[in-house]
Amino acid sequence: MNLNANENANQESGKTMTTSVQPSSLSSVASANPQRTESQRAQGTGLETRGIHAWFGKNHVLSDINLDFTAGSVTALIGPSGCGKSTFIRTINRMHEFIPGAAMAGEVLLDGKDVYAPGVDVTKIRLQIGMVFQKPNPFPSMTIGENVLSGLKLAQLKVDNKDDLLEECLIRAGLWTEVKDRLDTHGGALSGGQQQRLCIARALAVRPQVLLMDEPCSALDPGSTLRIEDTIRELSDTMTIVIVTHNMQQAARVSDYTAFFLSEGGPGHMIEVARTSEIFSQPKDQRTENYVTGRFG
Amino acid sequence: MTHSTAVPTKPWAKKPIDYLRNLSFFLVAILSAYVVVAITPMKGKLGYAFTFFVAYAFITSLFALVSLGIPAAKDAFIKSFVALGAVMTVIPIVSILGTVLKNGLPGIHLGLFTHDMSMATPTDPIENGGLLHAITGTLTLVLLALIMSVPLGILTALYLTEIRGKFSGPIRFLVQAMSGVPSIVAGLFILSAVLYPIAKNYSGLMGALALTILMIPTVARTSEEVLLLIPNDLREAGTALGGTQWRTVAMIVLPAARSGLITAMILGVARIAGETAPILLLTGGGDKVNPNAFSGPLGSLPYYIWKSFNAGSPEAITRAWAGLLVLVLIILILFTLARTLSSRNVARR
Repeated sequence: MNLNANENANQESGKTMTTSVQPSSLSSVASANPQRTESQRAQGTGLETRGIHAWFGKNHVLSDINLDFTAGSVTALIGPSGCGKSTFIRTINRMHEFIPGAAMAGEVLLDGKDVYAPGVDVTKIRLQIGMVFQKPNPFPSMTIGENVLSGLKLAQLKVDNKDDLLEECLIRAGLWTEVKDRLDTHGGALSGGQQQRLCIARALAVRPQVLLMDEPCSALDPGSTLRIEDTIRELSDTMTIVIVTHNMQQAARVSDYTAFFLSEGGPGHMIEVARTSEIFSQPKDQRTENYVTGRFG
Repeated sequence: MTHSTAVPTKPWAKKPIDYLRNLSFFLVAILSAYVVVAITPMKGKLGYAFTFFVAYAFITSLFALVSLGIPAAKDAFIKSFVALGAVMTVIPIVSILGTVLKNGLPGIHLGLFTHDMSMATPTDPIENGGLLHAITGTLTLVLLALIMSVPLGILTALYLTEIRGKFSGPIRFLVQAMSGVPSIVAGLFILSAVLYPIAKNYSGLMGALALTILMIPTVARTSEEVLLLIPNDLREAGTALGGTQWRTVAMIVLPAARSGLITAMILGVARIAGETAPILLLTGGGDKVNPNAFSGPLGSLPYYIWKSFNAGSPEAITRAWAGLLVLVLIILILFTLARTLSSRNVARR
């Protein structure tokens, strides 16, 4: 009971803090992203975060993240371990709340609507915001084909032609030619890179508008990593992608925008966000330059 | 392209000479066991077994000491103790099976499986009557208990592992305490809480209720352990794909744990199939095949065995041993079935 009370208190304090800082940060975000036009916003493909804070118990791990994700772009989140990148993307599709003791503050706006608003159907949110995890995790009791279509069954969605969807998702994930003759075998026999692409195909089958990727290549060899990066580039034509990575070259290769996170002993916060080319060539902040040039972290 | 002349060998494999040496050690140990028993006051099977073990441990350790040195000698010495432990564990099981087979086989005849004891008494010649009522009764009891306890047990395990509600702690504690409940207590509880005030008659259902009480903790605890082994990644992946918790558990967690859950069921069945005390109190133990598990006395193998031993005549005791043999065989068949079912599922992955 005590712990709960503390969490509530934290949440309350976080909320009040957010409201006090929100107006200024809103304007700063708007000016930091001049590329984003009103027409894109009107298309209803927008993902924005407003003053995101996160706690685990009393531990404040993430502070005041304001970030707009341009539709049809890839945004890379870089920064040292423990700076809250993974926690941040887990707040976006509401996976953060599964960790005992977790609390948060702020708003995640998908098409202008807060995903944390009361009455929101969490499962619908997760259908719109897909996720690929660090470790490949195909479902062991299902075949390759069943794995790809598992999201439809989980969410009880109907689709007219399952075979077409299966083929389309596997092609977009760059796995079709390798598995088309063994869709009825189990996914466990695939290599790590193939399993990860299977997980991407699985995430695509429910047609999300946003795809979150939490270090999707950290367990893979360089060849598989390049295949997945190709996949990410192709997918970015049709969806918004947010990728957490520790690999600076990867961020430079796949992303349009890069956000640099840092914790500096306290809660993690965002140092700066800009076009990837700017972050790597002329960052505004000295700490960003130190990090991307390998001088620390 | 050069041709390699290398052939695959296994330099670490044992050679014929090694097998021969081991065999000779074995024979020497047996021989010395005979000699020691002959010249010392030690007598009987225990004497032979003890001296054989000591002699074998001594000889192998000595050989290792001479050929490879002190560490190898220690290794050989410990190895013989490990082997002794394994053998001593198996001895009672093998001995039980052997005794049951030896005493039970004379009582086995085809009529056992086609007749019941309604037209015979335990002291009749063995050819009269049979076990049909007891076999069907035991299977009925097990089936009823299975139907009641498996859903309850698995739901309990799901509450403990998936929902992790406020009462997880107390429920886990109670389930563990429940697995220590003596079977006679379960029997008396059903007798006083259900049979006397409500049902007022012996029936298979009463026995199955008591067996369910005994079976639930086994199923629940084993299922809980199995479900805890399912990686959390899978649950997260299911949720991230837009599945509700229930859909994720039903479509991903339970199928992934399927073989383990089957094992949990079988362990539960093994726990109750030979249970006697509640059966004596609650089923009434009829001598006639009773197709209705919900009313009237229902025979069962443990009851039949108990009743036949009590009758005391040589024929009755042979009947009891035959019943024991059939009971052991039924449990063995169930076990083998479960093992093959669960291993097939594992192999399919």
